[in-house]
Amino acid sequence: MTQPSQIQQSSITWSPPPWIRPVWLQWLVILGCIIYLILALSTQQVNWERVVAGGERAVRMVSDFLRPDFTARQRDVWNGILESLVMTVVASVLGFLISIPIGFGAARTISPLPIYLLCRGIIALARTFQEVIVAILFVIVVGFGPLAGVLTLSFTTIGFLSKLLAEKIEEIDPAPLEAIRATGASWLQLMDYAVLPQVMPRLIGLTIYRFDINLRESAIVGIVGAGGIGATLETAFDRYEFRTAGAILIIIIALVMVTEWSSTLIRKRLL
Amino acid sequence: MPVYQVNGEKSWQKYSALDRFRIAMGWLIGFILLVVCWQVISRNTLWFLVWDAPKHVADFVARMFPPRWGYINELWLPLWDTFNIATLGTLLAVLIAIPLSFLAAQNTTPHPIVRQAALFVIVTSRTINSLIWALILVALLGPGSLAGMFAIMLRSVGFVGKLLYEQIEEISREPVEAITATGASPAQVLSYGIVPQVLPAFVGISVFRWDINIRESAVLGLVGAGGIGMKLESSVNSLQWFQVSVIFACIFLMVFASEWVSARIRKAII
Repeated sequence: MTQPSQIQQSSITWSPPPWIRPVWLQWLVILGCIIYLILALSTQQVNWERVVAGGERAVRMVSDFLRPDFTARQRDVWNGILESLVMTVVASVLGFLISIPIGFGAARTISPLPIYLLCRGIIALARTFQEVIVAILFVIVVGFGPLAGVLTLSFTTIGFLSKLLAEKIEEIDPAPLEAIRATGASWLQLMDYAVLPQVMPRLIGLTIYRFDINLRESAIVGIVGAGGIGATLETAFDRYEFRTAGAILIIIIALVMVTEWSSTLIRKRLL
Repeated sequence: MPVYQVNGEKSWQKYSALDRFRIAMGWLIGFILLVVCWQVISRNTLWFLVWDAPKHVADFVARMFPPRWGYINELWLPLWDTFNIATLGTLLAVLIAIPLSFLAAQNTTPHPIVRQAALFVIVTSRTINSLIWALILVALLGPGSLAGMFAIMLRSVGFVGKLLYEQIEEISREPVEAITATGASPAQVLSYGIVPQVLPAFVGISVFRWDINIRESAVLGLVGAGGIGMKLESSVNSLQWFQVSVIFACIFLMVFASEWVSARIRKAII
């Protein structure tokens, strides 16, 4: 901010504080980043001829995307979309139902240590692997088809919902809990009247949010054979049928936007 | 909290009669929808395969163990590639998302039309999964980690952009006014009034997305976009389950490490 001439005139100058203290650590981090970038960029194997050829393809692809063809593979496309939607609904409901007991078990404030550790273990397992990898495993176990997709999406939904539910339960207001306990309520009644009313709005909001995510994911688990529109989309790309691919992408985007828009509306009304 | 007269006595119930009717109808509709959906799935499932599932699992586990650990020597390069796809992809995404989010935030946008355009870019980027972006880019650029990197970038721009512009909209007005009152230029207001307020959140968001991207870049190879996913694809297709288990172990460790690093960094910032 200060001009160099001014620095000489006045002895007090201000400069922005370093991001990381001490300063030598900041320079070490910057140096490390530069070395990493050089290493990473030098080991990237890029087939530049192929990339340049991509320009020409891009023109064709964009012009095909702009003239989407909804009719060529009408049956495949609509069946795939229907399957994706159906998988999303079933997986969200299943995931919701199963994540309630696991979420309660994973809340340190209301569950004993062995159950807590078990439920936290399940959550960690469900959150580590990407949907597609889980889908590969389920396809091996139950065969190709939407059932593998439903199991995959339910499993990952459990990881997401239980974790957030457990965190919510851990931070609820203890006063109602004590009041209900003082009436001589059983454990189930305690959960029903003291815990559930406090966490339910958030849980429903999260489930609706997860529904959106599941719809998006249901469009890709088909790439490894777990049902839904993904398989049709991959085939369209493999055969360079960009007009069909464009049509599928438009349907997916429209569906995701409609559900996202309506879910925001519902969540706003709930909260 | 409705109170009713039941047999001449006051009785308390959680819900009123109308509420109970509504809740019951909601459950009924939900249940019917679920049954219909389940039937569609059931129709497309080969149940005899499902009944054999325990056998498949036992068979599968037997084929996976013990893992062929020697195979790991072929995995170092794909792992490095996967790490690069995620990191460079996130870096590019962040570089694009910063100006984009300033254009999209209500209080910093130059014009409402520009704001709508920026929001459109953010929504499109977020709606399409990185695996689908990878499909598109592999068709354009050919297989390889370059396609993967751009796929990660295209998906992350929307994520980082959305969270960042929401942060910018929530900043406190006072520092901005104070800096403006000193006679600072718009660029100075930006760098001294706004950026310091959003910088911690911004670093947190970027690191969080990087962590997600490590996970996602591990599977991009399934559609040919480079990294360890390509080894996974070829091992699964050639039924080399001893190798698949090694790959899973590698992915698990990598995801675990990145999550730990990202949690540490985010904790240090906040």
